[in-house]
Amino acid sequence: MSSIHQVFEKAKSENRAALIAYLPAGFPTIDGSIAIMQEMLNSGVDLVEIGVPYSDPLMDGPIIQQAVEVALHNKTGINEVMHIVKEVSKSGKPVLTMSYWSPIEKWGIDKFAKQMNQSGGVGVITPDLPPDESAAWITATDENEIDRVFVVAPSSSDERLKLVTNKVTGFVYAASLMGVTGTRSEVSSRAAELVNRVRKHTQLPIAVGLGVSNSDQAHEVAQFADGVIVGSAFVNVILDQPNLKDSIAAVAQLCKDFARGVHKG
Amino acid sequence: MTTFLQDLHKIDDQTGHFGQFGGRFVPEALISALDQLEAEYLKAVIDPKFNEDFQNLLKDYVGRPSPLTEAKNFSKHAGGARVFLKREDLNHTGSHKINNVIGQALLTVRMGKKRIIAETGAGQHGVATATAAALFGLECIIYMGEEDTVRQSLNVARMKLLGATVVPVTSGTKTLKDAINEAMRDWVTNVETTHYLLGTVAGPHPFPTIGRNFHSIIGVEARQQILEKTGKLPTAVTACVGGGSNAIGLFHPFILDKDVQLHGYEAAGDGIETGRHAATLSGGTIGILHGTRSYVLQDENGQTLPSHSISAGLDYPGVGPEHAWLKDSGRAFYHPITDTEAMDAFSLLSRTEGIIPAIETAHAIAGTVKLGKELGKDAVIVINCSGRGDKDVETAAKWFKLT
Repeated sequence: MSSIHQVFEKAKSENRAALIAYLPAGFPTIDGSIAIMQEMLNSGVDLVEIGVPYSDPLMDGPIIQQAVEVALHNKTGINEVMHIVKEVSKSGKPVLTMSYWSPIEKWGIDKFAKQMNQSGGVGVITPDLPPDESAAWITATDENEIDRVFVVAPSSSDERLKLVTNKVTGFVYAASLMGVTGTRSEVSSRAAELVNRVRKHTQLPIAVGLGVSNSDQAHEVAQFADGVIVGSAFVNVILDQPNLKDSIAAVAQLCKDFARGVHKG
Repeated sequence: MTTFLQDLHKIDDQTGHFGQFGGRFVPEALISALDQLEAEYLKAVIDPKFNEDFQNLLKDYVGRPSPLTEAKNFSKHAGGARVFLKREDLNHTGSHKINNVIGQALLTVRMGKKRIIAETGAGQHGVATATAAALFGLECIIYMGEEDTVRQSLNVARMKLLGATVVPVTSGTKTLKDAINEAMRDWVTNVETTHYLLGTVAGPHPFPTIGRNFHSIIGVEARQQILEKTGKLPTAVTACVGGGSNAIGLFHPFILDKDVQLHGYEAAGDGIETGRHAATLSGGTIGILHGTRSYVLQDENGQTLPSHSISAGLDYPGVGPEHAWLKDSGRAFYHPITDTEAMDAFSLLSRTEGIIPAIETAHAIAGTVKLGKELGKDAVIVINCSGRGDKDVETAAKWFKLT
C-alpha cells in the first residue's frame, strides 16, 4: 500500500477525513515555505501538496495568483521545488507536488518523475493534464513509483469519471465547484453529489478541494469525503502576517482548527 | 453532395492533433464544454440550415466576398512581383476576425447559451465579438490586457458602444496572454451558461480546427479570385502570424496546392536577438500554453516569457498548433519582422496604394517586400490584408512623430 493510502486508512480508523494542505513552493520564500509546511505537518495536517509555481495559473483565483507571483519572484524553479520536497519529506509524511502541465513537460516528463522519487516525494497532482493526453506521464510515474492524482469536476460525465479514476493511483481530487481556487462562504452543494458519483467508479480515496475556507466547511466536507484539501485559506493568513514567525504561528493555529473540523459526526 | 463547411473541413484531424502539436491540456471541468462544442460543430457542419445562415451572414452582414485588389504601385517595391491584397480590412468591423465570430456566435445560439466571453489583444476580435453579441442578443464580456486597453483605446470605446463589458486585466504582463488566462477563469466558473468565443486558432481542441474552418473562407475566395484574375495559382501567399488565425484562413485552402508557397510573418519586436519579440515559431521552443502544445516563448522551467511587439494583436508568446505543424513539416515558412520593418511597410502601403493597414497586417506587407525581391517580377503574391489601420492611427502618429 502506498504511503498516501496509508494516510487515508489511518484517518478512516480515527473516524475522520484526512487533512491535506496546499502551499505554493517558494512562498513566502523558499526556506519559509519549507518551515511552514513542516509546521503544518506537526499541527494536524496529514499530507501536503507543494505547488509548482507557474506563470499562467489559469485555474487559480487572486489569492493563489498573488502567492505564485511571489514564488516566481523568488526564482522558484523545478530544482528549488525538488529541494523543498526533499526537506519537507524528512517529516516522514507523504509529500506531493501539484503542477500545471507546462513546467513538467518542459522540464522533462521522466526527469520530473525521477527527481520526485529521488527527493522523497510520493505523488503528483496534474490538474490540467487530462488522462487522454497522459500516456507518457503514466509510464514515467509507474517506472518511478510516483502516485498519480487527477482532478474531476461537477461537470464530468459518468463516462469521464470512469476514464479519469481508472488512471489515478493516489487519490481522486474532486473539485467541489465549477470555478477557480479561492475562499468561499459556503460549501457547494455539488461537492457531495460529485463524491457520490465518483464512488460508483472507484475504491480509491476521494478528497475534496476548492473553496474549503474554514473549520465548519471542513467538517461539512468530512461527512462525505475521505480527504479535505485546503489551499487559499492558508495563503490568505500568510499574506496577512508581517513576518515568517507570525505566519508559522497563524498557520499552526489554522491547521489545528481544520484538524478539529475534519472529524466525522 | 457535401456542404460548404464540409468542404472546408476536408483536411481535418478528428482528435485535435496536428502531428505532435495541438491536443487538450485543460482542467477536467472544461472537457464537457469542449466536447459539447465539438459535437455541436460537427452537427452544424452537415446542417444545410446552419450553412445557409452562415453564408448569408457572411454575404449580407460581413460584406463578403472581400475584394482581391492588385497593388500595382506597391509592386515595384516588392521586386516587381504582381501583388494582390485580400481585402479582409473591408469586412464589417474592419478585420478578418468577424468570420470566425459569426460562425461561433451561431454555434452559441445552437447550444442555447446566452453569454459569450472573449479575449482581445488589438481589440479587433473584441469588437467583432461585441458586434455579433449585439446582433444575436447575447451578453458579452471582453477581457483585455490593461496595457492593450491604453494602446487600443478606440476599440475599447467601440466595444462599449456595442453594449459589451470590457474588463481590463491587470495580472501578469497585462496583455493578450493574461486576457486569455482571465477568460479561461471566467469560463471554468460559468461554463454551463457561457461560450468562450476564442479568437485565434490556438487553445484546446476543437478551437484551432473550428477557427481555421470558419476563416478558410478567406483562402477559398482568394484562390478563386486569383484564378479568375491571372488564370493560375499564385507563386506564394503571405500573412502575418500572431496566434495565426488570418494566416491559417488564407493558407489552409492552398495546403494541397504543393507549388504555392506559404509564408507567415511574425512580430520580431526589437529583434529576436534582443529577447524583446513575439516571434514564437522563429525564436521559441515546443511547449504547452493555453491548453495546446505548440511553439511557445518559455524558459527551461516551462514559465512563459513576456512577448513584445508594437502590434497588440501579434503580442502573444504562443501560436496555433497547425502552424507549428506546417513549420515542422516544411510546408510553410515563417519569418521574423521587426517593429521598424513593419512600420516602414505600414507607411509604404499607405502612400503607394492609399490603404492604411493594421500594424499586424503591416508585418505581412514588410515580409512581402522581401519575398517579392527574392521571387522576382514573374511571381504572383497574395497578401492577406487582414485588417485596417484606423485603430492604429495614434500609435503610428507617435511612431512617425506626426503630432
